[in-house]
Amino acid sequence: MSHSFFDQLWIARYVIMSGLGMSVSISLLAILAGSVLGVFVGMALVYGGVALRLVVRAYTDIIRGTPVLVLVLASYYVSSAVGINLGPFAAGVLALAIFCSSHVGEIVRGALQAIPRGQTEAAKAIGLTFAQTFTSVLWPQAMRQFLPAWVNTAAEMVKASTLLSVIGVAELLLRTQEIISRNFLSLQFYFLAGALYFIVNYGIERFGKYVERKTALPS
Amino acid sequence: MGYTLNFSAVWRNFDFLLSGLMLSLGLAVISILIGAAIGLVLAFALTSKKRLAAAPAQLYVTVLRNLPILVLVLFAYFALPQLGFRLDKIKSFVLVLSIYSGAYLAEVFRAGLLSIPKGLTEAGLAIGLTSMQIRTSIIAPLMVRNVLPSLSSTVISLFKDTSLAAAIAVPELTFAARKINVESFRVIETWMITSALYVVTCFLIAALMRFVERRLALPR
Repeated sequence: MSHSFFDQLWIARYVIMSGLGMSVSISLLAILAGSVLGVFVGMALVYGGVALRLVVRAYTDIIRGTPVLVLVLASYYVSSAVGINLGPFAAGVLALAIFCSSHVGEIVRGALQAIPRGQTEAAKAIGLTFAQTFTSVLWPQAMRQFLPAWVNTAAEMVKASTLLSVIGVAELLLRTQEIISRNFLSLQFYFLAGALYFIVNYGIERFGKYVERKTALPS
Repeated sequence: MGYTLNFSAVWRNFDFLLSGLMLSLGLAVISILIGAAIGLVLAFALTSKKRLAAAPAQLYVTVLRNLPILVLVLFAYFALPQLGFRLDKIKSFVLVLSIYSGAYLAEVFRAGLLSIPKGLTEAGLAIGLTSMQIRTSIIAPLMVRNVLPSLSSTVISLFKDTSLAAAIAVPELTFAARKINVESFRVIETWMITSALYVVTCFLIAALMRFVERRLALPR
């Protein structure tokens, strides 16, 4: 067996690609599910009644005060303890989606609260319903603040997806660890994993900056 | 559901959880202090007009902010020994978290530096201070007050990152919780209490930072 890095890389090429594909799928699923949930969380925080606001505030504060790794472990162990056998992949994605929803919730809350109250009053004055006000007056304006922050959350999710390796999901980091356990080239392969994560995240970050420029108000 | 909560196994091991929490806090405090020193230097470099200072600092911040910290933790513990750089678990984690927090705190401090009026530097020069004296005795103290709110959320997020030390078997809170979870099978109880400990600690950190913020507030 050859121990040159490039020979080992060639042998491991499909394993690495499938790990990267898995990491991207996990992140995409988590950000989609988390965003849908997060938009409701954010709306509840802004427009909810006192009781709903309290419940949702407790939810976001608890999620934001708990490390993602604890969420991942808790989701994995608790789901199987109560007899819902999710398996590591679904449990992990669930934990990340919940984590994402609290981030997105706060972004949505911030974006909606930044809109002057007069906008809602003007919409009421011309007879729009709340649903109409939200979809055609408030949300389009909130998007300007929401989008760049949302893109950054996507990069956070890619980074958080590495934590699923701890519960045995075969994403890029776990695949890298498997490869290293066969060829002991820990320096080279951790470096490679780091480089791949960097490329993905840096790409997302640049895209976020681009969106920010595009959506900025002309000054 | 036929599940009845029974916390006795968790309470029996509560001292173990608390000692884990203490280690988490210790890791966070040391790393964040070193990280703050790194961040402060980087922030001055980032806002410097000299490209030779700004470009390397920007590279440091960009690279570290775009890497998952778990990769860094594993790299430092498992790969650095190949370069003849062998550290024990706790030291290697503190090294990683310090370097990582340096990048995040640099961004926080940079925003603070940009909010300091230029007139203050000019005033310092006018009374004959060196540029180093201006930084340490005028700009840095004012900047720290300005950034306290965003510093607070960065510090909390860095504290939560100490949970990743569990991946290299440092016996901090998450590691202790996993151990109790596996030994007692009181899964729901273990994670409820662990999460509560993290949430309460984060809440206390936030309260402490708000207290400091009020005490240091400039009279208006």
